Amino acid sequence: MSEPREPGISTLAIHAGAQPDPSTGARATPIYQTTSFVFDDVDHAASLFGLQAFGNIYTRIGNPTCAVLEERIAAMEGGTAALAVASGHAAEHLIFHTLLSPGDEFIAARQLYGGSVNQFGEAYKKFGWNVVWADINDISSFEKAVSDKTKAIFIESIANPGGAVTDIEAISKIAKKAGVPLIVDNTMASPYLCQPFKHGADIIVHSATKFLGGHGNSIGGLIVDGGTFDWSAKGKYPSLSEPCASYQGMVLYETFGNFAFAIACRVLGLRDLGPALSPFNAFLLLTGVETLPLRMQRHCDNALAVASHLAGHPKVEWVSYAGLDGDKYNAAAKKYCPKGAGAVFTFGLKGGYEAGVALVSNVEMFSHLANIGDTRSLIIHPASTTHRQLTDEQKIKAGAGPEVVRLSIGIEDVADIIADLDQALEKI
Amino acid sequence: MNHDTYDDAYVRGILDDVKTIAMVGASANSIRPSYFVLKYLIDKGYKLFPINPGLAGKEIVGQKVYASLGDVPEPIDMVDIFRNSEAAGAVVDEALKLSPLPKVIWMQLTVRNDEAAARAEAAGVRVIMNRCPKIEYGRLSGEIGWVGVNSRTLSSKRPTLAKRGFQHRTIGK
Repeated sequence: MSEPREPGISTLAIHAGAQPDPSTGARATPIYQTTSFVFDDVDHAASLFGLQAFGNIYTRIGNPTCAVLEERIAAMEGGTAALAVASGHAAEHLIFHTLLSPGDEFIAARQLYGGSVNQFGEAYKKFGWNVVWADINDISSFEKAVSDKTKAIFIESIANPGGAVTDIEAISKIAKKAGVPLIVDNTMASPYLCQPFKHGADIIVHSATKFLGGHGNSIGGLIVDGGTFDWSAKGKYPSLSEPCASYQGMVLYETFGNFAFAIACRVLGLRDLGPALSPFNAFLLLTGVETLPLRMQRHCDNALAVASHLAGHPKVEWVSYAGLDGDKYNAAAKKYCPKGAGAVFTFGLKGGYEAGVALVSNVEMFSHLANIGDTRSLIIHPASTTHRQLTDEQKIKAGAGPEVVRLSIGIEDVADIIADLDQALEKI
Repeated sequence: MNHDTYDDAYVRGILDDVKTIAMVGASANSIRPSYFVLKYLIDKGYKLFPINPGLAGKEIVGQKVYASLGDVPEPIDMVDIFRNSEAAGAVVDEALKLSPLPKVIWMQLTVRNDEAAARAEAAGVRVIMNRCPKIEYGRLSGEIGWVGVNSRTLSSKRPTLAKRGFQHRTIGK
C-alpha cells in the first residue's frame, strides 16, 4: 500500500475543507448567512443536540462557512480540528475557559501582544485565573514558574511587538515535564512560516484578523487542536475528563479522542459564552487565506529589505528584526521560521518619544493604526497607543519603550515603502 | 500489511463493501462512544447486530442484542470490536470460527492487537485497527468537517448527499 501523500501548504490554503456546494455547484464557499438549520425530525434533532451526529444546529455553535475556515486552518497547521470564533481574544478566552477553574494558574511569556497582557493580567482576575509571567530570554524562568496549580503555558511563536522568536521546543519540554499543554499564539508567523505542532505545541491560537485574513477587513480568531495532549488525568481538566452535566454525563475526551479539546471549546465554551464568528467574516477570512503563502513570502522579503535599510539609517538607534544577521533571535528564526522572520518588527529612534510621535505623523503611505498583518504597510508608536495602559516597566519588558516604533510591512513595492520612511525620517 | 497508516482507498473500500456489522461491546448507555457509533452506522444504512452478553435479548437503538457472534442469525460482513486490545484477540478467534467468515475485522480507536490481526489476515480477512468507523465515515463523506475536524481529504468533486433529509452525506457513488 502506498504511503498517503501530504499536500503542500499552498494547496491546503486553497482546497482544505472546501468541496463544491452539492446543491448549486458553487465553487467558492457560499456564505451560509442563516441563524439556524432545519431538523429532519425529532430524532435527528436529538442526535445533533446529543453530539451523536455531525451537523449544524445554530450558527452560535457552528456554521458551514465557518466550518470550512476551521478545517482549512486545522489542515494548514497540521492539527486534528479547529474552532473559529469572533476574535483572537475570544479564542484565548475559550481556551482558558476550557482549561482553568478558579484558583488555577497558567504561565505566559511577558513578550506578548499588549491586549493579551491585559486580558491575562487584569480581566482574568475576575475569574480567579492567575497568570504567572516568564521571560522567553530566560527559559529557566518558565521552569521556575511551574507550581502544582499550573494548568498551561502560553507563548507567541514570533512575539508582538518586538519580533522575538521563541524557543518553542525548549518551552515544550518544560510543559511536558509539568504535564500541561503548551499553547502557541501563531498569529505573527502564520502556518506558512512556522509550524508549532512540529515543535511540541499542543494548542495553537490565531488572531485571524492579521495575516490569515490579511486584508484588514475582518476580525476573527481560531483555536487549533494538535490532538497531542492526553486529557485523561482524573480531575485535572474537568471540562474534558469528568462527566459533563449538560450532555447527560458524557465524558468529552473519551467520546472525541484526539479532537476533544476543539469540541469542548465549541460545545461548552462557544455554546455558553457566545463569541461566534459571523459567516460573512468567515468568507472574507477564507478568501484571504487562499493567498496566505504568496502574501507571507512577500511580507517577509519586504520586511527584510526595510529592516536592512533602517539599520543603516543615521536617525535610527537600533533595529530588532530576527531576519537580520546578527540579531539576537536570528538563529531561532532560521530554525523555527526558515522562510522568513515575519512582517512585523520594531526599531528605536535616536530622538526618543517625541521622534516616535513625529514619525507616525510624517508618514504618507504608511497607515497609523493599531493592527498588523494588512496588505498595507502600517506604523504605530506603541508607547503612546497599544501599550499606553502598561506601566513604564511593563512597556520596556514588552519591548515597547518610549523610542520604539513598530512597523507591519505590507506587500506594496518595497522601494515605495522605503521612500515613505525616508521622507518621514528626514523631517524629524 | 502496515497497520500504522491506512490509505483512504482501503478504508473507503471496506466501508463501501460491508452491509452487516456485528458490534462486540455495544452499550445501551446513550452517552457511550459505542452507542454513538452504533446509532450513526444504522443511520448510514448498515444493518447492526449489537453483541453484549449482559443485554442479550434486549434492544439497542431498535436492534436485538445477541450474547455472542455465533448467535447472530445472518452472515456478518464486519466485526467491530469495542473491547480492549488484549480482549480483542479472543474476539478475533471467535470471529474466525464464523461461517461464512466475516470480510473485515475492525478494532476501535486505541484497540490494536497485531498477533490477532495476523491470524485474521492469514484467513483472508481484511483488518483495520485503532480507528473508528464513525470518524472514518464522517471523514470520507465530508460530514466531519461540519464540526471543524480536519478530514485530511481534498476534493473538487460533488459531495454525495443521502436521499433523505438535510445534512446527511454518504460515501456511496
